[in-house]
Amino acid sequence: MTSTAVAPLRVAVIGAGPAGYYATEALLASETPLVAVDMFDRLPTPWGLVRAGVAPDHPRIKSVSAQFAEIAGHPRYRYFGNVELGRDISRDELLARYDAVLYAVGARSERRLGIAGEELPGSLAASDFVAWYNGHPDHAALAPDLSGTRAVVIGNGNVALDVARMLLLPQGELSQTDTADHAIAAFAASNIREVVILGRRGPAEAAFTTPEIRELADIEGLDVGVDEPALLEQPLPPETPDIKRIQRNITALTKYGAGQSDGERRMRFRFLRSPVEIGGNGRVESITLAINRLETEGGRTKAIDTGERETIAADLVIRAVGYRGVPLPGVPFDEASATIPNEQGKVTGGDREYVAGWIKRGPSGVIGTNRGDAVETVEQLLADFTGAESRAATRDDISAWLRSRCPDMVDHAGWLGIDRQETGLGEPSGRPRVKLVTIAAMLAAARDTAPASELQTQD
Amino acid sequence: MPYVVTEACIGVLDRACTKVCPVDCLYEGGRMMYINADECVDCGACEPVCPMEAIYYEDDLPDEMQVYREAGIAFFEKIGSPGGAKKAGKLTHDAGPAAMRAE
Repeated sequence: MTSTAVAPLRVAVIGAGPAGYYATEALLASETPLVAVDMFDRLPTPWGLVRAGVAPDHPRIKSVSAQFAEIAGHPRYRYFGNVELGRDISRDELLARYDAVLYAVGARSERRLGIAGEELPGSLAASDFVAWYNGHPDHAALAPDLSGTRAVVIGNGNVALDVARMLLLPQGELSQTDTADHAIAAFAASNIREVVILGRRGPAEAAFTTPEIRELADIEGLDVGVDEPALLEQPLPPETPDIKRIQRNITALTKYGAGQSDGERRMRFRFLRSPVEIGGNGRVESITLAINRLETEGGRTKAIDTGERETIAADLVIRAVGYRGVPLPGVPFDEASATIPNEQGKVTGGDREYVAGWIKRGPSGVIGTNRGDAVETVEQLLADFTGAESRAATRDDISAWLRSRCPDMVDHAGWLGIDRQETGLGEPSGRPRVKLVTIAAMLAAARDTAPASELQTQD
Repeated sequence: MPYVVTEACIGVLDRACTKVCPVDCLYEGGRMMYINADECVDCGACEPVCPMEAIYYEDDLPDEMQVYREAGIAFFEKIGSPGGAKKAGKLTHDAGPAAMRAE
């Protein structure tokens, strides 16, 4: 091995989701200085929400992971899975060993409604429900009760639609996907026949993207409708921001009309409704809603409570009103925005610390939005280190530290072992993979010996 | 059902789209960008960032822009599915209206 005259800068990227990978890609592309990246994830498996968030009936989107796999093949990249900042290693320890630390940890918690009855059994966060059906080990035991007939989903973004679709997809379809086995079984036994999607404001304020509204028409046996279709006829002011998407959304919703009253499986959009109380004796039985009207002031359309109320029966209430970031021990955090304060990705008041993705800008945008976001941060980082020499620990010292501190650490070869086992389990039935849903199962698969030619040790 | 780059890109090649594409499926031709329909994952990140508003979701292509969908297919006939624009680099050919306009 030829020795390089100058040691590369060594950066720790915390989080192996899209933002982490796009930041890694930009760092590895730098030629002056050369950068080596050690990527950490609290789970044994990488890919973040691409693995645990994207709906299983959207397999094309998941193919972005091929990009991540390619980045992971770079010689200056190492992966350390099942290592959690806080639980296993500290911020100070990272800063002592790396030239810089880049947090790309996403937003793994959820915004709450803050209403009575939110804690009742049968009231769930979409973030937990989505993680459950995607086999996330932290949520595998969620066991949502799907024995009722009506689910109410609160929220007007694509996550609300994902949840609604998963509750109403015909059984045969799910069995071909990488939906976790426990969820396939639960959905097969489900009695849910109607999903009502509530939005606080009107159809023009909904965050849905048009393809997600249109694709509902392709679901076999599903009757889609809009309660109060007259709302779709409101004219849009020409200065409305993002008007093309909104016009297309309205057109797509208008095609559904009010729906058929005798549809066997029904999805209904109900606008101008805010939840004020979830009711029930020991579990969710009803939800009381405030009826809103809209007021536009200074370009912003607000929901104003008219004072009128309506109560509908509900067996399941799932809130999909946004993800929310969680603070990292020792790292600055802004509680109001649930993000790490930063300027173009450089942590305010930090020490050689940077952020990318949702923990930087809040939980918005699509997967690709993180790419430009990460590039902006890496430009800041590289500018800060122009002409600087690396003061990082050596790669071997770092591996030794991590292997002794975290004996259950999963490296890249270990992840490939998990990947191989999951895809192997899926093959006989034509599924892309069958997910392992416990940490123990993942660790066992990671240790599984493979033919020597397939193993790529990273150090 | 992918996205399609249309007329307003010709001669501009702003490339804001390439910075947000999660799968690197926007390729640079001689005079405009082309989306590889097989590689596009329909994520929609490119459409709002184009300063020329040149990108359309395939279903939303106005009649007069349909020719760009065919151009998008013809462009890749020579090179197939390279698996990422970074690998392919700047290409010098065009297809459709961008290939036909003389300057």
